Amino acid sequence: MEKSIFDTVPLEQFIILSLILFCIGMVGVLRRRNMIVVFMSIELMLNAVNLLAVAFSAHRGDPSGQVFVFFVMVVAAAEVALGLAILMMIYRNVKSVDINALKQLKW
Amino acid sequence: MDQAIFYGLALIAIVGALATIFFRNAMYSVLALVVTFFAMAGLYLQLKAEFVAVVHIIVYAGAIMVLFLFVVMMLNLNSVNTIIRSNVNIKWIAVLVGVGMAGILGYGTYLTTLPARGVNSTENGTVKVLGKMLFNEYLLPFELTSVLLIATMVGVIVLTKKEE
Repeated sequence: MEKSIFDTVPLEQFIILSLILFCIGMVGVLRRRNMIVVFMSIELMLNAVNLLAVAFSAHRGDPSGQVFVFFVMVVAAAEVALGLAILMMIYRNVKSVDINALKQLKW
Repeated sequence: MDQAIFYGLALIAIVGALATIFFRNAMYSVLALVVTFFAMAGLYLQLKAEFVAVVHIIVYAGAIMVLFLFVVMMLNLNSVNTIIRSNVNIKWIAVLVGVGMAGILGYGTYLTTLPARGVNSTENGTVKVLGKMLFNEYLLPFELTSVLLIATMVGVIVLTKKEE
């Protein structure tokens, strides 16, 4: 039997850790009004899910989970590039990165 | 030993994440998030996912955070940034919702019976195994990824181009 992290740290602790990181990211999205920080919080949430996927993948001994993480990373990279481009455009138009600058989107 | 490293990295990741959302200055937030990402790369290494760890550092800590840093610096918000007193209630509600969500998810985790441990092999996280999977079972998604990236690239260029 090969040595594994799960001998000393049970899977539950990885779940709890990624759960905490996910919730911190969620608080960031709800709390901050700076669009850049909101984006970073979304990244944090995506990463928490990635960590969970890798933990389960290692736990089950099935590399599919890690391939999936790879795809999540690609989508996250694309999302950030587009999001920041949109953010630049908003900044150019309203000269602010405060979410309240886009209040009209509510209606 | 493994346990001590895990708790150390977990602590760094959580503190970095909290710092990310609580720093007022966006620049410090970016740097705190980089710290979190490095701690997570350490966790991936502990899980024997070497390929994911390396890609994580290159893509997140390398490319994405540089992009964020670039935007923060280009907008130069510190000179413009005025401290607007926002609705304090909303901030506390946000924290409350986060803690509540953590509670619910934690309770769900507690109720769930986790699957049994599979046969674990140190080979699982290597480039060899993942590369073979990527080009056999996941060939179509892998190719579609390139379409996504092209579309993103074109979209970003179109969006950021200044109107003549």
